Amino acid sequence: MTVEEIVRRCQDLYDDLDFKLVQRWKAAEKGRKAIGHMPVYVPRELIHAAGMLPVGILGGGDQLDVIHGDAYYQSYICRIPRSTIELAVTGRLDCLDGMLFPSTCDVIRNLSGMWQLKFRDKLIRYFDVPQNFDPNIGGVFYTQELQSLRDELAELAGREVSDDDLRASIALYNENRRAIRELYNYRSAEPWQVPTPEVYLLMRAGMVMPVNEHTALIRNYLAAATKTKRHIKDNCRVVINGLFCEQPPLGLLKSIEMAGCYVVDDDFMLVARWLLEDVPTTGDPLKNLSDAFIDFSMETSCKYVPEKKDKGKFLIESVRRNSAEGVIFASPSFCDPALLDRPMLQNALTAQRIPYTAFKYAENSGQLQPIREQAGTFADSIKLWSAA
Amino acid sequence: MNIAANQQPDVQKEDSMLLQKAMINANYEALASAHDEGKKISSTFVPGNLNELLMCFDLVRNLPEINALQAGMRKKSGGYIMEAERGGHSEDVCTYVKSDLGMMAKGQVGPSGKPLPTPDILLLSYTGCFTFMKWFELVRDQYDCETAMLHVPYQADGKVTKNMRKFVVAQLKEQVIPALERVSGIKFDIDRLRGYLAESAKAEDDLVWVLQSAKNRPTPIDAYFGGVYYCGPIFTAFRGTKDTTAYYRALRDEVAARLDLGLGPVTPDGAMDEERIRLVVEGPPNWTHFRDFWKMFYDEGAVVVASSYTKVGGVYDFGFRHDPEHPLETLADYCLGCYTNHSLPARVDMLTTYMDEYSADGFLVNSIKSCNSFSAGQLLMLREIEERTGKPAGFIETDLVDPRYFSPANVKNRLESYFQMIEQKKARGNARTAA
Repeated sequence: MTVEEIVRRCQDLYDDLDFKLVQRWKAAEKGRKAIGHMPVYVPRELIHAAGMLPVGILGGGDQLDVIHGDAYYQSYICRIPRSTIELAVTGRLDCLDGMLFPSTCDVIRNLSGMWQLKFRDKLIRYFDVPQNFDPNIGGVFYTQELQSLRDELAELAGREVSDDDLRASIALYNENRRAIRELYNYRSAEPWQVPTPEVYLLMRAGMVMPVNEHTALIRNYLAAATKTKRHIKDNCRVVINGLFCEQPPLGLLKSIEMAGCYVVDDDFMLVARWLLEDVPTTGDPLKNLSDAFIDFSMETSCKYVPEKKDKGKFLIESVRRNSAEGVIFASPSFCDPALLDRPMLQNALTAQRIPYTAFKYAENSGQLQPIREQAGTFADSIKLWSAA
Repeated sequence: MNIAANQQPDVQKEDSMLLQKAMINANYEALASAHDEGKKISSTFVPGNLNELLMCFDLVRNLPEINALQAGMRKKSGGYIMEAERGGHSEDVCTYVKSDLGMMAKGQVGPSGKPLPTPDILLLSYTGCFTFMKWFELVRDQYDCETAMLHVPYQADGKVTKNMRKFVVAQLKEQVIPALERVSGIKFDIDRLRGYLAESAKAEDDLVWVLQSAKNRPTPIDAYFGGVYYCGPIFTAFRGTKDTTAYYRALRDEVAARLDLGLGPVTPDGAMDEERIRLVVEGPPNWTHFRDFWKMFYDEGAVVVASSYTKVGGVYDFGFRHDPEHPLETLADYCLGCYTNHSLPARVDMLTTYMDEYSADGFLVNSIKSCNSFSAGQLLMLREIEERTGKPAGFIETDLVDPRYFSPANVKNRLESYFQMIEQKKARGNARTAA
């Protein structure tokens, strides 16, 4: 397949607000089930091990007309819950047999309760992850939460979810994470070869595709991309941060690149990159998943940083590792975690003399010209500043 | 108590309110002089606060939300918030946080005008609100002191599981208590904790009696505007002290006396004459225009008979009491049980019960821009409660401490329309009964 063909396929999946791929996957075999999950992190390995399809639910984007959803929320609450409600009340999520709501923020947390009130016939679970990273305390709590989720999924599946099932799923997701790391490494090395809107679409495809197909898709893309030589532009290299939950319009990502910025790292779809190393495939699989969360998971605004000295370190390391020249904070309006975190991250960058700029967006932002101008000015200032 | 006799307040206040004011002022004095007196200071949040535990280490307790609330009532929060926004904090986020940070940026002078010293330990009891976690990190960024964090899991399925309780107790034992010992230099004494917990339980009994007095008609209390005063000591730096036990006994006696005389609640303009509308209110109040806001209710004969905000620092009216026999487990249960740590269905059940048990005529949401923990989902809660009870529901929007988000004309207009709707519905109901 060519790059264009792969990207077109991903774009079709991105545009499909009816989750037809999920419907087809379920229809292909009697008894198949699909479980939706909101950002930022759930252990998809458990869903897969129960024979079900994990489906990332990321709101309605800029193509969904939100009519009912707005009636559920005040004007000062972000967009993603209202468009997610819209997807549900218009029947688009009927293909899901359950929904997981991770401990991302108060809005996603309360959305789990709204689901409990409105969609009582489905498996609905708020999934708590520890903010305590002592393996004997937070780790023990988390292992038990994983066990409890495993039991609920087993009940829905009507069969046991064995350790071997889980180990096999962990192996598949390890492979998927490796492929994604290759994609991100390639973009970091040659960003002109891997435009960020394409990376985004590839990652979004992984929210609805079976994991092995997604791994193959990324590998096919990498193979095709290396054969396609694209022009190098005089762009600066930036890390974008803050897009971990409510999704940016695709046009926003295009605008950033058109404004003269190569994105060399991001926080899209963190569920697929959350665990930074391979999870062991021998031993107790729940403990392995728990240890991975405690020992080598990503950092984002939804996660507590136990030591003051470490605040912002993860972002700075990303800047250094990817030879970025600056950071763009793109935060959804009314996003408490991202917006409360931002001043601390900005201070950490300032201390390291790393330039940054910041703006807000909503999933349905239509006016991208101001963002393009701001990103363009930022890119120009980096170039001038670097030259000096 | 004869405090009222010795002072000339510009508005009518219950003696208990004045006693509480004296307690709060004394705490600010204690904070201001703590370091001079060789005492250590803890800073912690209201929901899930571990006051009894902190007292075991002789720590003077500072509560940032109370500082923000007090700054709001004293018309200082607007300036603090704008200071924080000038410093890069988004206009979209919690104004308690910004008021606190703005106050720090402006020299860390507390609401009483006395300096608020740097805390020696920051204790985050992370209960029912993610913003606390970020607030804690932001405050930590300003100080160089010890920190302890307590992650309290969310009661998503309406129950406390063994795993949740075990997790909280393990954090207390292995991390929080050792940190408090380190900072204070005082060894933990579990019997001392038991003593404080026993005091807490006595005060909790009296608080519940006071809150449930609103089941009477007329209610002798307003369970929202008055209620925020009543829950003040038990939610903050005083739970577990003998003063607090005495305060709640005095409050109970005061309310019992009003009940015996068939009197309504005391408002800033005196005792409320006629109780026309009984309400259950969900959500925090606005602090910047607290008295104006209250007046919009009592001028129309509307009284609040039950509220969710008076459960934000602990839900006691469904049976929970601090239990000295199980000191750490009871602290865990307390933290897990605070109102905003309950799921939306559990909150709907609780409010529906209030509507029934307190014979309410309507359900009102005061939706707060700052507080997603409360606000996200309130419109669905409103519909559910309206459907379950058949009583009219109303919705207004204000903010905690940002004066820019309190629009008196809009709020008054909405409230008046809502009260008219309730009265019309009541009149129709009475007419049907008479027929």
